[in-house]
Amino acid sequence: MSASRVLVGLSILGIAAAAHALSADGGTARAATQASVLRLATTTSTVDTGLLAAILPEFQSQCGCRVDVLAVGTGQAIELGRRGDVDVLLVHAPEQEAVFVAEGHAARRDDVMYNDFVIVGPAGDPAGVAQASTAKEAFRRVAAAAAPFASRGDKSGTHTKELAIWRSAGVFPGGAGAPGAAWYLSVGQGMGETLTFANERRAYTLTDRATWVSMQARLRDLRQIFGGASSPANPDRDLRNQYGVIPVDPARHPGVNGPLALRFADWLVSKPTQRRIAEFGRDAAGHSLFYPDSDDYKSTGAVRVR
Amino acid sequence: MIENILRALADPALVAIVSLTFRVTGSALLVAIAMGVPIGALAGLTRFPGRRLVTLVLYTGMGLPPVVVGLVVYMLLSRSGPFGSLEWLFTPSAMVAAQTIIAFPLVAALTMSAVDGVDPDLRLQVRALGATRWQTGWTVLREARIGVTAAIVAAFGGIISEVGAVMLVGGNIEGHTRVLTTAIVLSTRQGDFALAMALGLVLLLLALGANAALLQLQGRSR
Repeated sequence: MSASRVLVGLSILGIAAAAHALSADGGTARAATQASVLRLATTTSTVDTGLLAAILPEFQSQCGCRVDVLAVGTGQAIELGRRGDVDVLLVHAPEQEAVFVAEGHAARRDDVMYNDFVIVGPAGDPAGVAQASTAKEAFRRVAAAAAPFASRGDKSGTHTKELAIWRSAGVFPGGAGAPGAAWYLSVGQGMGETLTFANERRAYTLTDRATWVSMQARLRDLRQIFGGASSPANPDRDLRNQYGVIPVDPARHPGVNGPLALRFADWLVSKPTQRRIAEFGRDAAGHSLFYPDSDDYKSTGAVRVR
Repeated sequence: MIENILRALADPALVAIVSLTFRVTGSALLVAIAMGVPIGALAGLTRFPGRRLVTLVLYTGMGLPPVVVGLVVYMLLSRSGPFGSLEWLFTPSAMVAAQTIIAFPLVAALTMSAVDGVDPDLRLQVRALGATRWQTGWTVLREARIGVTAAIVAAFGGIISEVGAVMLVGGNIEGHTRVLTTAIVLSTRQGDFALAMALGLVLLLLALGANAALLQLQGRSR
């Protein structure tokens, strides 16, 4: 037997062993637990605030299943849904969500909860944002002062909202040839990292209230400059941040766990869960971090129509 | 700082994270060795048409950015991709696959170069003493074992420290696909730098231990 034949044989054995080891670990395991694993793609805020960690155990024990949470940000979550790699989305970008449903990837989308965005910035408030009465006026002041502004820049729900405010304010930073673009810092990262960056750079940024509240203590050089003391007290209705749950349609993506995804969506919009969402973090912050607003919660027992 | 390290060590999730880190990197390394050492040795011992091209491809493979490997593996394993039916995405299997791809060129190329560097007179001597081609190849490989160990150590270092590939194909799912590097990214993202540093120290200590063990194995065979 020649050396080269032995070596080739070893290589083939190696590959075969690898294939066996890998398939035993992943493939059969997934198939066996197919009915009991739900893949949820969500935005970073539902995870970083601790909300999902607080409410998911109840769903997991109810369904005897496991929820795999992928906290990736809205843009990536929606893309995962488009490819059928996850079973259900929990995101906060209504325009992107509507496109997703219109494209046929989902049969339904439900309101779950809302909170709001606030504008944070350096303690000295060099752009005078505190004097603004609306978010777009605040943004105009930032642009006028060419004060550093940190943007998520990652197609997240927050980023989508931020761009909408710039558009309504008539300012378009970051575009080719836009004036004053040097003060617009697009970091392309999640909310936590963006806040940390804004803290370091003494920059303004738009953030969801929940992440801000949970990270506030670590961000010594930032203050909330615009947004009111709580979500209902926010002076600008444009800053409302609406979350939606979207089960991916198994008719379009045969591999997804359709029944479990629907069950999750139903559980999320049900009154007991909605109440638990309202209670989350209320003691520590003095107010809710997420306000439930599903149709079920808002109705007085009317029959739900899909 | 010490309290942060103790806080990291006391976290019950840490055991699962460390265990998964070793399982994923260990499996990937074993597969990379099983494929890379024979292929690297073959390429180093024999002259065949296209040898330069193979060498070039392997050397380029050593510089593959892990996040690019992760992206390609993700596209392959996605349900919309060719191998979606394997259902490996967001499981440790996908992470092992990605890390194997990263480690293999390192093992193969460095083994090839180690074998190539062995004194050609040794082969002639051994053949003259009546060795078969298999015995000759094995003798050369043993002579090159320091270089081969270095290949394994380099591959290990490369994959235990990478984060781009395992983040993309694993998804950093708590309790199932979270390893030390992705846990560090998560802590950093949440602004908990103290915990991130502590986890980093744990990672370094574990790598130190593993490398010490590898060197010990090599030393004993001398």
